[in-house]
Amino acid sequence: MTRHLTAAAAAALLLVASAPPGHGRDLRDALYDDYGVDFAFFVEGRAGLRLDRDLDERDATVGETRCQVELGGDAGAARINLKADFLADGVEEKVTAALREANISFSPHDIVDVKAGRQVLTWGTGDLLFVNDLFPKDWESFFIGREDEYLKAPSDALKTSVYFPFADLDLVYVPVAGTSTYVDGSRLSFWNGLAGTLGDRSNRVHDRDRVSFGTDAEYAARLAHAFDGVEAALYYHNGFWKTPEGIDPATRDLVYPRLSVYGASLRAPLLGGIGSIEAGYYDSRQDRSGTDPYTRNSEWRFLAGFEHELGADFTGGLQYYLEWKQDYDEYEANLMPGAKAADEYRHLLTLRLTKLLLNQNLTLSFFGYYSPSDHDAYFRPRASYKITDNWTVDAGANLFTGDDDHTFWGQFEDNTNVYAGLRWNY
Amino acid sequence: MKHALLTLLLALTTAAPALAAPAVDEIVHKANLAAYYAGDDGKAQVDMVITDSQGRTRKRQFTILRKDIEDGGRQLFYVYFKRPSDVRKMVFMVHKHIDRDDDRWLYLPALSLVKRIAATDKRTSFVGSHFFYEDVSGRSPEADKHELVEETDKFYVLENTPKDPDSVEFSSYKVWIDKTTFMPVKAEYIDKQGKPYRRVEALEVKKIDGFPTVTKSKVTDLADGGSTISVFSKIKYNIGLSEKIFTERYLHRPPREAR
Repeated sequence: MTRHLTAAAAAALLLVASAPPGHGRDLRDALYDDYGVDFAFFVEGRAGLRLDRDLDERDATVGETRCQVELGGDAGAARINLKADFLADGVEEKVTAALREANISFSPHDIVDVKAGRQVLTWGTGDLLFVNDLFPKDWESFFIGREDEYLKAPSDALKTSVYFPFADLDLVYVPVAGTSTYVDGSRLSFWNGLAGTLGDRSNRVHDRDRVSFGTDAEYAARLAHAFDGVEAALYYHNGFWKTPEGIDPATRDLVYPRLSVYGASLRAPLLGGIGSIEAGYYDSRQDRSGTDPYTRNSEWRFLAGFEHELGADFTGGLQYYLEWKQDYDEYEANLMPGAKAADEYRHLLTLRLTKLLLNQNLTLSFFGYYSPSDHDAYFRPRASYKITDNWTVDAGANLFTGDDDHTFWGQFEDNTNVYAGLRWNY
Repeated sequence: MKHALLTLLLALTTAAPALAAPAVDEIVHKANLAAYYAGDDGKAQVDMVITDSQGRTRKRQFTILRKDIEDGGRQLFYVYFKRPSDVRKMVFMVHKHIDRDDDRWLYLPALSLVKRIAATDKRTSFVGSHFFYEDVSGRSPEADKHELVEETDKFYVLENTPKDPDSVEFSSYKVWIDKTTFMPVKAEYIDKQGKPYRRVEALEVKKIDGFPTVTKSKVTDLADGGSTISVFSKIKYNIGLSEKIFTERYLHRPPREAR
């Protein structure tokens, strides 16, 4: 029933949008010129399939119709933005409506901007790798081939930016910490460390979200300075691990332990391209000694990246990333019986290649993660073609491989999938 | 003596056109200022129609804000996209330098992400059109050797050859410059085989706020017949754009001037 409603709403929007324009203006022009309202939407269908099914999971990794509607407008000196997603999801068999953005921005002072409400937050220099960006992600969307936009999950936050002559200061307050949408077995399988096997629909894990207003609040800050093409920044985060890096031994629920991160980054033109470095210290505050087997240890994370033009409309990017587990001896000594030990150093390399063809209407891209220490990898080839200014078709694959079931990418091997999507933009 | 006088007279008459025409460098300098540095700042809405070799069309609409730090020198550009819908609210920002590569950023609103662009080749397509980045922000006069090859009633015709031929796809190009306004109104590019293959032309020039301004321009790919026409509207000069608009702050929050 609800799915029919979504389809009907989508059809109605299509009709409205294609209504004969008056005086050469279309609906968007009319709304903007007459009411100052900024309006846009898209309707999209997306389907994806597992290449190999060994576990208790569906063949389909994604099968859905989505409609996203966006509205914006000025309210006095403030600006209001709304963005909502209506989703009919055939894999999880549910229809949902979710606000992606609902915020108000204003400038209480000449050098201050405030944005309050639901918003997508991001910072740092990584390309699909995050050191100091501790804002929630939706990894499940990323792994099943939804648009990159959906990797970033929104936060209900208050963001205040102060633009001093010497530096920009961003302060973010999140009253109730959001967490990343992670793989729990319902759609994609994963390594269940507690059970010592791969987890799927009949072997799911349950996590306990942070829910207390105030107690479970998060704070983040960034101090950034740009001069002559060089961008430097310091970061601070006080909150929780975004993925469930802890286990409650009593209930065996996955939990999100407390975490503070201190970091810095530098990005600048280098050898005709763009070079960047970023580092962060992850202070796992509930396991500072590294002896608690139920909570992830503290660690250092480093990232170095370089992007360069390889030819006409062709760019390449390389990144090196390191996770260095602290108190490794304590970690090994206190491992749960039967648990697989992670390495002290997890090295990761990424490669990005992007080529534009046919007057930039066809985009061929490749993104690959490869870990020489974990012996696993994740490849993301994708092609996207703009058939007209309104219609876009895309297809791609999420290929996971690894020697072991318990490593980061290796655990997802049975989720290897191909997908295709068709979108109509208004 | 008589012979000497004759020689002088001859020299004067043959030199006369050269005396009337300003030096080549001066023409180039004035043309650069007329085409890219009118006023201290400026704003325009651009409507592009891109037609490919098979007659299929695509449209683009965006607002360009420009601020000059010094005439003929550093410049700041802010390009705010309105259409098509999938690039809506995207911002392309350039800090143009004379002595080094430009700094370029792309703001992706859906990800709230400020991306630094690594590409430095300015002779690639701007937003899939037949215009190159360099047609939008200007080619440095220092990059070419210039020669006045023809002077008509209306135009100075300059031939320009690149100092670094390997860095570009053309072997030379000719530019027709209006003698009264110094506005370049046509450019024709010759490929490495010596054939003309690309034409950039002003289809309409109007005086706006006292500045001669191209209000309609066209680029034609002479090899495959594709073309792009740009129509400029809502043009304003000297609107007092602040330098701070061209910073990361305003990527996240497009200024009213752009919307």
